[in-house]
Amino acid sequence: MTAWLARLVAGRLIRLAWLLPLAAVGLFALISLAPIDPVQAYVGGRTSQIGPEQRDAIASAWGLDRPASERFASWLGDLAGGDLGQSITFNAPVLQVIAARLPASMALVGLAFALSFLLGTLLGLVAGATRGRWPDRVIRTLAVVLAASPGFWVAILLVAVFAVTLGWLPACCAAPPGQLASEVTPADRWRHMVLPVATLSVVGIAPLVLHTRQSLIAFLDSPAARHLSAHGATPLRLAFGPGLRHAAGVALTLHLAGAGELFGGSVLAEAVFAWPGLGQATVRAATGADAPLLMGIGLATLLFVFAGNLLADIAARLADPRLRRIA
Amino acid sequence: MTLTITDLAVRFPTGPVLEGISLTLARGELVGLTGTSGAGKSLIAEALVGALPPDAIRSGRIEIAGQPVAARTVALAPQGLDALDPLAPVGRQIKRFARLAGVAADVPAALVGVGLPPDTADLYPHELSGGMARRVLLATALATGADWIVADEPTVGLDPEAAGRVLSLLAGVARAGRGVIVISHDLIGLAKIASRIVILRAGKHIETAPASAFTGAGATLRDGFSRALWTAQLAPEAQC
Amino acid sequence: MSAVTEPIGAQPARLRTPYKRAARRGTLALALLAAILLGAQLLPGDALAIDATARALPPQPDHLMGTDLLGRDIAARTLAALAQSVQIGLLAAGASTGVAVILGLGATFGRLADHAVGVLTELALGLPHFVLLIMIAFAMGGGTTGVIVAVALTHWPRLARVLRHEAQTIAASDYVAISRALGRSRLWVARHHLAPHLVAQIVAGFIVIFPHAILHEAGLSFIGLGIEPHLPSIGVMLSESLREIMAGHWWVAAAPGLGLMLVALAFERFGEALRQVSDPAGHIT
Repeated sequence: MTAWLARLVAGRLIRLAWLLPLAAVGLFALISLAPIDPVQAYVGGRTSQIGPEQRDAIASAWGLDRPASERFASWLGDLAGGDLGQSITFNAPVLQVIAARLPASMALVGLAFALSFLLGTLLGLVAGATRGRWPDRVIRTLAVVLAASPGFWVAILLVAVFAVTLGWLPACCAAPPGQLASEVTPADRWRHMVLPVATLSVVGIAPLVLHTRQSLIAFLDSPAARHLSAHGATPLRLAFGPGLRHAAGVALTLHLAGAGELFGGSVLAEAVFAWPGLGQATVRAATGADAPLLMGIGLATLLFVFAGNLLADIAARLADPRLRRIA
Repeated sequence: MTLTITDLAVRFPTGPVLEGISLTLARGELVGLTGTSGAGKSLIAEALVGALPPDAIRSGRIEIAGQPVAARTVALAPQGLDALDPLAPVGRQIKRFARLAGVAADVPAALVGVGLPPDTADLYPHELSGGMARRVLLATALATGADWIVADEPTVGLDPEAAGRVLSLLAGVARAGRGVIVISHDLIGLAKIASRIVILRAGKHIETAPASAFTGAGATLRDGFSRALWTAQLAPEAQC
Repeated sequence: MSAVTEPIGAQPARLRTPYKRAARRGTLALALLAAILLGAQLLPGDALAIDATARALPPQPDHLMGTDLLGRDIAARTLAALAQSVQIGLLAAGASTGVAVILGLGATFGRLADHAVGVLTELALGLPHFVLLIMIAFAMGGGTTGVIVAVALTHWPRLARVLRHEAQTIAASDYVAISRALGRSRLWVARHHLAPHLVAQIVAGFIVIFPHAILHEAGLSFIGLGIEPHLPSIGVMLSESLREIMAGHWWVAAAPGLGLMLVALAFERFGEALRQVSDPAGHIT
């Protein structure tokens, strides 16, 4: 039973073992290409107060005066020791910045993951079971329109409607402004999560809906489903009974493999809602020439995508026992 | 109680496929149905359970004790092994058919009834041999508790020994009081278990002969095609 | 929509429908594209100008989609921004298609090349799409060039895989073996057997990439890593709208987003129809 699991995980870890260093080299090369001067970005508007000697001091403190290969070697050495370097924008160790901001992002991504899975699978099942009739057409149209909508625009519209016009929900941040973390009530926390989570849940839902629909239809057209319907099973009953494992198994696999995209979406959602998570940090690192933080985030999201893909492979094999033999 | 098919015909927009099928079947009886491939045998099975393709047009009568047959009175063990759900263990699949018919499911008994050990319930279809899968398909049909069972090509792909076991299992089902129709191109096998055999040629009902007619050269068979079908099957056996 | 309601039984119609659908959707998408590019050219010179007398107006006959805080007409600005986005999107999608062609066909030159392209694909798919876009845009120092390079380097894997598969299938087919046996050169075979099949896939791939390219371009511009803020662009407009939204000026965000969505929608539908024509059974995904 678990032999396939051990073999799968071992195989993927071996792949990670060569992918991770390769990605590290690639990321480092990529970020070293950036024509931005980190010292200038750090100094910013205070140019007049900071002389050339101080600039050189900053540059040598960050190791910028050494050649790229040497910097890479020392960065890799530090990385092996668990040190990702110092973030320029947040003036704190990269690892600390990531650790502090990861939970806020994970809360968004995790909730949106669960919600969009439930919603996407449900809509896909209904569409598949009513193939060609009006519920199917409404759901498919909705999915296609959502797929073409920029996520951050959906976020802005939600703010315009629910925060500004109706005034029901806060438009920004993870807590009321000016409050200490200890003063924030759980109810406030939840209220602040509604719009960002709604945005993230909705924007990535289209592939989920369409794949669930497609795999349910494949099942409904199969001899196994015909055998059941010859003995009285209706399409809806098939969809939410025997078809569930066929359709939801595929949906979960796809959704896990796409979990990284959910994080990508949260970069934009966090930008709209000023959400204090890793996505916002990504934007600030990229616009603030914070190469060490960007590298750290790159590696962290690489692991995130890797974990999503591994879980997707496991989910596929749990749903379909035939796959366990080949792995 | 008798199941009667009178002048059944099935046609598609492209043309007729079945014509003039008539047949009576009593409970406790097993009737065989045979013919060349593509003669529309499986369509008769689908017409009996009321699961014809959507563009098929049916005419003629299918009645039980003089009343039009209601949905779910006839259960079908279909021809393809792919009629088993690849993602569900055998036991759960048998339960599904019992639940659809609104009867209590006794999975171990259903499995033992078709000659399989009760722990087959935990196996997935891809873990079954061809003979086991045939039995499970039969078990799904029997689990509905229906009085009338149609088995479509239950011996295809089985070695002679396994085929013989499945056929005697079907004979047992009939002896236990249900009416059974077995569709098969294996005339020799059918002749051993059926009381009568219906012969089709290109979708047309040619004759209904008692099983006893299928001996020797089939001299008592009325139609030349029936005799040809019978002797063609004998030939490879004679070589063995 | 009529395609959806057609009865399943009608054989000839079913065979024809994907082509007709692709043609219909293609006409629509290309007409929209032409209208945007032409419309932006025909905008009067002062259409994008600041007008202190017409600040933050809601939609009205003079300003169909309203004006922003500086008194600029949203409808005119959206049109200009869409033209900008579409041009950059075409360039970026074209560049990405080029990368896909080189890597997809390059992968067929022996096992080593195949492995190398495989590793590149793993790397490109190893990060969330948008994070990789940010990294590359950052490496390029942001700006329009950054967007084009970022999109070009991130959208190729799917098309590359399709082309690799297609090229290998055709190369292994009987008629190529016969052509070779008849003494045709590799180049002749490539031109007469390979190219016609691949061109269809390349065009379909380009159309599929295009809507993603403009959506991602807008995303990058929105967070300030894309098109320079002084140029009209959908991402920048929406980024600016964030402030005005809080004052209840919803129209500032409505038109740019809607325009972008309609273009993406038209091409997504077109690309989907083309994909069904070039790969009806969905073998290559």
